[in-house]
Amino acid sequence: MSTTTRLVEVRQKVLKQNDIVARQLRTEFEKAEIYVISLVSSPGSGKTAFLERTLTLLRPHLNVAALVGDLATDNDAKRLARSQVPVKQIVTGTVCHLEAEMIRTALDGWMPENLDLLFIENVGNLVCPSSYDLGENLRLVLMSVTEGEDKPLKYPTIFNTADIAIITKTDLASAVEFDFAAAYRNINAVRPGMKILNVSSKTDEGLAPWLDALESRLAQRAAKIV
Amino acid sequence: MHELSIAMSLLSMIEEQVEARGDVRVKAVHLKLGPLSGVVKKALQSAYEMACDGTALQECELIIEDVPITALCPKCNQLRQIDSMQEICCPVCGTPTPEIVTGRELEVTGLEICS
Repeated sequence: MSTTTRLVEVRQKVLKQNDIVARQLRTEFEKAEIYVISLVSSPGSGKTAFLERTLTLLRPHLNVAALVGDLATDNDAKRLARSQVPVKQIVTGTVCHLEAEMIRTALDGWMPENLDLLFIENVGNLVCPSSYDLGENLRLVLMSVTEGEDKPLKYPTIFNTADIAIITKTDLASAVEFDFAAAYRNINAVRPGMKILNVSSKTDEGLAPWLDALESRLAQRAAKIV
Repeated sequence: MHELSIAMSLLSMIEEQVEARGDVRVKAVHLKLGPLSGVVKKALQSAYEMACDGTALQECELIIEDVPITALCPKCNQLRQIDSMQEICCPVCGTPTPEIVTGRELEVTGLEICS
């Protein structure tokens, strides 16, 4: 008996399962009118400090909560809890990124009531998180002035999947002779037209423009829903 | 390094297809990969071999087709191929091209099936 080989067409995304869960999450968030913001950056570029200040400043006005991913320890959740908003740690073990299913599991039975904004802090990693949709509305990529201006050129995919770039630790900019023009040029080279904000979570400089940008995104979305 | 978990997703997708089609052997899987997918071709190839080893799909070859980044140039109003991820702009007129058309692919396009 002879065997024949034939090519059958199958059109399927490899991360189909993740995309399905992400889509379900997005629909659920939309129904509950929750706006979801994720944060990606390399380890140590100030995601947690930025988030802690953001949560603290938003708390009097909106119902906010945060999920925070790390390979080990719940240190970040403890830090964020100081902002007195609901925070939950996702310990990924050895997994170097968050996946949509981890978000769903973390939210199961935990979702705070009447939530307006949910922040998701990804594992510190500028490579792997770029492939996974988490059902978020807005993705922030953070880079600190101490990391150098060429970060976007070294990690173009993560910058290319993000909506806003936040340059952090600007209070240290002059000490490390950070070249803002070069950083802006590099971000624009990999993601033309991306909004860029400069922030110091230590001095609070730049936090007001960030909150304004967030507010205008929320207004845009509200207009779309109505 | 998330290529191993990508390879595992790929394997379970092929297994699903085999199950749906009954008694078939998959000789090869064709995959389209764009540079903006965040997945490295070589790393995916070796992760795939590792993931297949000792399974029913051990002989199933992974054939990767590279998809270039293309974007719509707003000035020329033409689809242009972008050769560098570090310079997302029109190669002809230099205008930035935020509207990416291809280059994010990570998808199976076909299976070579023996029956």
